[in-house]
Amino acid sequence: MNLQESTVSRYNFEECMKCTVCTVYCPVLQVNPLYPGPKQAGPDGERLRLKDPWFFNKALKYCLNCKRCEVACPSGVGVADLIQSARIRYDHSAPKLRDRILANTDFMGSLARPFAPIVNGVTSLGITKAVLDATLQIDHRRSFPKYSGRSFESWLRRQAARQAAFPEQVAYFHGCYVNYNNPQLGRDLVKVLNALGIGVQLLDKEKCCGIALITNGMSAQATRHARHNLGALRQAVTGRGLKVVMTSSTCALTLRDEYPNLLGVDNGDVRDALTLATRFVYERLENGAKLPFRKDFHRKVAYHVPCHMEKLGWGVFSERLLRKIPGLEFTPLDSACCGISGTYGFKKENYAFSQAIGEPLFAQIRSVNPDVVACDCETCKWQIEMSTPYPVAHPISILAEAIE
Amino acid sequence: MKFDTLVIGGGLAGLTAGISLQQKGLDTAIVSTGQSALHFFSGTFESLESPSERLAELFSAAGIRTHYSPGVRLMPLGSFRPAALSLEDVELFPEPHFADKVLIVNFNGYSDFFPAFLTEGLEAQRMSCRLLELDPPELQALRQSPSEMRSVQIARIMDRHWESVVQAIRAALRDEDAVILPQVFGLKDPSIPGRIRQELPVRVVFAGTQPPSVPGIRTQQLLRRRFELAGGTFLSGDEVVQTHVHDGRVHSVATRNLDHHYLEADHFILATGTFFAKGLAASPSGIRESVFGLDVDCAADRNAWYDPSFAADQPYLHFGVRTDAVLHAVKDGTPMQNLYAVGSILGGTRPEFGSGAGLAVRSAFAAVDQILNQYAV
Repeated sequence: MNLQESTVSRYNFEECMKCTVCTVYCPVLQVNPLYPGPKQAGPDGERLRLKDPWFFNKALKYCLNCKRCEVACPSGVGVADLIQSARIRYDHSAPKLRDRILANTDFMGSLARPFAPIVNGVTSLGITKAVLDATLQIDHRRSFPKYSGRSFESWLRRQAARQAAFPEQVAYFHGCYVNYNNPQLGRDLVKVLNALGIGVQLLDKEKCCGIALITNGMSAQATRHARHNLGALRQAVTGRGLKVVMTSSTCALTLRDEYPNLLGVDNGDVRDALTLATRFVYERLENGAKLPFRKDFHRKVAYHVPCHMEKLGWGVFSERLLRKIPGLEFTPLDSACCGISGTYGFKKENYAFSQAIGEPLFAQIRSVNPDVVACDCETCKWQIEMSTPYPVAHPISILAEAIE
Repeated sequence: MKFDTLVIGGGLAGLTAGISLQQKGLDTAIVSTGQSALHFFSGTFESLESPSERLAELFSAAGIRTHYSPGVRLMPLGSFRPAALSLEDVELFPEPHFADKVLIVNFNGYSDFFPAFLTEGLEAQRMSCRLLELDPPELQALRQSPSEMRSVQIARIMDRHWESVVQAIRAALRDEDAVILPQVFGLKDPSIPGRIRQELPVRVVFAGTQPPSVPGIRTQQLLRRRFELAGGTFLSGDEVVQTHVHDGRVHSVATRNLDHHYLEADHFILATGTFFAKGLAASPSGIRESVFGLDVDCAADRNAWYDPSFAADQPYLHFGVRTDAVLHAVKDGTPMQNLYAVGSILGGTRPEFGSGAGLAVRSAFAAVDQILNQYAV
């Protein structure tokens, strides 16, 4: 065995050439001088932390986990994984109550859903925002996502028999957002897949993918979610022989890559079956399937590739799928972070950074002046809708509207 | 997914080829493994001895201004090198003595720019130098972190505050007839270097800094935007991990991110660069082309790869993949019929002369013409 050729360091960190390219693409470094930047926080810091954990720097919490440093790295270093894994290994401080609330998206969703109209009304009140700001440091300028009165799961359960009648079946990992905030996106997916002759099934009790737990320092809880979800995914993939589709690019990245890379939860037996709905539908159309497109559909669409989609490298599927829609005028937006990064932008200490990071994207959207911004990520949607006058829709929702 | 052309490598060569083909209506994708050598770009294309209208046109359509005026340029350490074609940022002089008195401007705490070396080099050319160190309040925040006092970080702030720097220089000018500034202007807005020239009453020269290169990053981003707006598909942060070759033709490739979703194309262009970009990989047993395992011209004796003198013309920089006369890449002695090699992977560039950029553009155009010829009836 040739040691020089076969030795690979953890997250490939010894491949770092110190070229500084990652620092060019880090959105945080552009706005927050307290953050040491991906090179310092990642491979440079790792050298020191391996010698002595004392070198762990708490400012690593400013990392968005957007992974843009990894996409930019010419040497294949897992820069963001190095930073997040260092936080998991060395930061043992207890998360704040605020962070627990923000990170437990499924728990909060299940609490809020039965009282959705009240919750939505209350969270949009100035007084509520002021109280949340003062007590929990959740920024008062932030608009909160609305909760839906009826969960997606309960809607789909009621039509299980209808779905089961389709000749082909897939399972859907809908995530917290579709279940509690935007069941319409789930219904849009069901409409599109049904039009392709495919029925949609739920997983056996999915939990939140756990990304917000990871970035908020609750990796033990995230690992429990990962183990639970893998059980449910295995039951669908190996037990029922199904592919599992997702609409959230972040859930997809978490299930496919963060589980093994950050939480050490092996998903090798199911990973290939986990796919995004846009990829799944695009591949069907490429293989000759037909959708009943409307003739009177006209939309000017600007497409924003979310950071985690950029990391997955699957933006091309959403883009090509949108371009297949007759009557759709497509404009790609520059690859850029919108600044919210899940729960990050909700925190009072990050709000200004979050908006500053997103400004170039908002400016480009304003100059394109589209009918709608397309985007595969729910938190990008909140951020862009709050920061520009334009509506944001998932590519699947746009597709659902474009078919009979 | 099926394309007319798939370009492997998203640097200057790959983007030049990609834009040219996409503009001619060929559906083109670029697979890019991390960012490219444009992040270290000096701003000059020195091997282009003649004006290239084609290049100027392609760059100008992307919003990048170039100029052609054969002469010399100032290097970051104060020496001069011949140059002919460059980005607008880079001043070209008929001869090294471009002024009598020079004001060299730097920012307090910025150590990736070398006024002392510049002074030494300019004094050797009978120019007297004075140093002006500016300390704009806008840069204060950068000093909190050692990684932040870098060209790009300064450039981001200068995109908004360059006018105050111009004012400070104007106030400080005595009898100098030229000003030298570090290349930290115009990261997003390519018009800033030109506007600084207009605002100052003397000749303005932007000298190179340690990487990353601000004009290079701007060039990369504008070229990529141009390619995507023309309808091209840019797959960033991805990597070809498998190739499917039959009867001397490439049929498709698999990438790390798209796994089983193969990328098919009629034509393939290999623009993966050399050692830093991992287009070529050196190991104790030899030098390998990373994607297709193409034939590589390289000295058999490992001891002949290096010249112990660091600044010498290093033999390993002349190693590259074999091609036929029209850039078909050669594998096992046979040219591949639909695979073209372009850019520095061809070997023979001298980074210290900036010739990589010239080779990238010229070879990309040559491969594009080979491909377009096949569509001409």
